[in-house]
Amino acid sequence: MPDREPKIVGFCCEKHGIDSVDLAARSGRQYDSSIRLVRVPCTGRVDGTHLLKALEEGADAVFVLGCLEKNCYYDTGSIEGRKRVAYVKSMLSEVGIEPERVEMFNASSSMSWKFSEIASNMVKVAARLGPIGSRGGGR
Amino acid sequence: MIIAERKPLGEIAMMVAPHEKVTVIGCRSCVAICLAGGEKEVDTLVSAMKLKSMNEGRTQYFDGFVLERQCEKEWVKEVEDKILAADVVLSMSCSLGAQTIGDLYPEKIVVPGLNTAMFGVPEEQGVWSEKCLGCGDCIIHTTGGICPIARCAKSMLNGPCGGSSNGHCEVNLEIECAWYAIYERLKLQDRLDLMDTVRPPKEWSTSHSGGRRVIVREDAKLTPHQIRGKEASL
Repeated sequence: MPDREPKIVGFCCEKHGIDSVDLAARSGRQYDSSIRLVRVPCTGRVDGTHLLKALEEGADAVFVLGCLEKNCYYDTGSIEGRKRVAYVKSMLSEVGIEPERVEMFNASSSMSWKFSEIASNMVKVAARLGPIGSRGGGR
Repeated sequence: MIIAERKPLGEIAMMVAPHEKVTVIGCRSCVAICLAGGEKEVDTLVSAMKLKSMNEGRTQYFDGFVLERQCEKEWVKEVEDKILAADVVLSMSCSLGAQTIGDLYPEKIVVPGLNTAMFGVPEEQGVWSEKCLGCGDCIIHTTGGICPIARCAKSMLNGPCGGSSNGHCEVNLEIECAWYAIYERLKLQDRLDLMDTVRPPKEWSTSHSGGRRVIVREDAKLTPHQIRGKEASL
């Protein structure tokens, strides 16, 4: 199979999630160009359909980044996000797809190092798993 | 309302596996409220099934639609072209919706995406519980508004069995004893005398035990003249 750059989509809440990304950038931390960020008002807005659709449209891995659960700007948005990610993971397992393609992360706006860590982990996961179907899944 | 839950995706995949074009049809009524077959659930199921096909390297087409009420012929006919174009219809409705499609288009294969579970109510977000069995002869006016037929594991009619313990049922300690609940409710309403009323053995012929039930309201039925007029106006 020819080398292909992984495709990763990250849904970031526009409060602590995106702030942590901004701070990482301002601190000179770089992240892989294969990551595409989608800004959402709150991780509670992210639905299972969004995550599955991203995979369906060609993403190798998807993550959700929200506020810390005990410090969520909208109180329970991060908890909602976590529950939906867990549900999607269970659906992926049921259809024979690696659940680690979808992950939930939390950060506060001051955790600039966190986003670099998330990005590098997700790139590793996407590179290891490759595109969906590339490993003859379910056969 | 009717409470249903999605079948395991593996079971759904097996049912649709022999077919190439799959039309998934949900319903905006009861099964949308119980988060089993509404808009979001149809979307996620279609996505998950597409991903499964991608992962297995096979070509299978999934398309999803949601009807206002899948158990009514008029609504089903709105997606007639989608049904006729499909190799198989995956109904994300209760069994009534699936059977309505099947009866309207008997040449089409219709498979159930949901398990129809019960007549129940939402207790809290994400929790539904059974409260009616559809026995066809309601007696809750004598039991404080609580149905012992559906809510007692043994459908006891005259008080609790010996398995009632601290207000809970021996079948499952998570379930409250229906007769304990009835007693407490009647006590609250100052109608405990109803506990002493002896209820005779139940007439079960009005339930499913009496065979398939059909209700007819002659005043609501269309006359042949009205039917001809309706057909002419289409």
